[in-house]
Amino acid sequence: MSILEILFWFLTALALFGALMVVFSKNPVHSVLWLISVFFSISGHYILLNAQFLAIVNMIVYAGAIMVLFLFVIMLMNMNTESEPQKSKWLRIAASLSGGSLMLVLVAALKDTSGKVTGVFKVEGNIGLIKNLGQVLFTDYVLPFEISSVLFLSAMVGAVLLGKKETNSIIS
Amino acid sequence: MPINYYILLSVALFSIGIVGVLTRRNAIIIFMCIEIMLNAVNLLLVAFSKMHHLRALVADRATTVGTDAQLFVFFIMVVAAAEVTVGLAIIVMLYRNIHSVDINFLNRLKH
Repeated sequence: MSILEILFWFLTALALFGALMVVFSKNPVHSVLWLISVFFSISGHYILLNAQFLAIVNMIVYAGAIMVLFLFVIMLMNMNTESEPQKSKWLRIAASLSGGSLMLVLVAALKDTSGKVTGVFKVEGNIGLIKNLGQVLFTDYVLPFEISSVLFLSAMVGAVLLGKKETNSIIS
Repeated sequence: MPINYYILLSVALFSIGIVGVLTRRNAIIIFMCIEIMLNAVNLLLVAFSKMHHLRALVADRATTVGTDAQLFVFFIMVVAAAEVTVGLAIIVMLYRNIHSVDINFLNRLKH
């Protein structure tokens, strides 16, 4: 077992365990912290796949910006284990069964891919490096890049509009 | 490492996200489970791009096949960031109006 395989299995176990803890932990703050560990392990997977730019972007955008936003909102609402609403037992069992059967169907449909393609792990090829990605981004994909800036502007305006305290209420 | 390990990992993460969306009642936790699902899809896209690139590398040493998939992942992250800001703003607004983020109370559209 090479060092890369050990790293792969460690990151896989960390991602799956963290995702399970996000779903099953009672305290929302613990959920956010486990979700950060999931994002870091997925960043590790990106590094193993030699996609270094995406690994850094994943860390900065998800584990940095988005998770801080989630933590802010949760602390703003002062949520804890006592105020956490729970669904009924049968509903939870049914939801777990349906999620598990979705996984079963997908695994059964995709298990025949085994052995046909190998070698994702070779550390060669430089498409994930920032030089190559930047060249393609600012030549072929420059229009979607600019459109995404308009998307961000509209998202910012929407967030400010929604978060503003309304003087004459529209809702009720 | 064969590609089917990455497929299985992504399927498992996606299913955990689905179970989270279906079982929890807290709107913020549901939102986090949607983020898990998005990340599972991103991971699979990067793995497939790497596989595709290694295939093309055998024929041509200077190929850039597979760059598109990584840029696609980049744009998914951009859209996810915008989605999170607007979604959290909506959740904060709902909390200010009904003082709860329990989705069982968020059924005003039904009545």
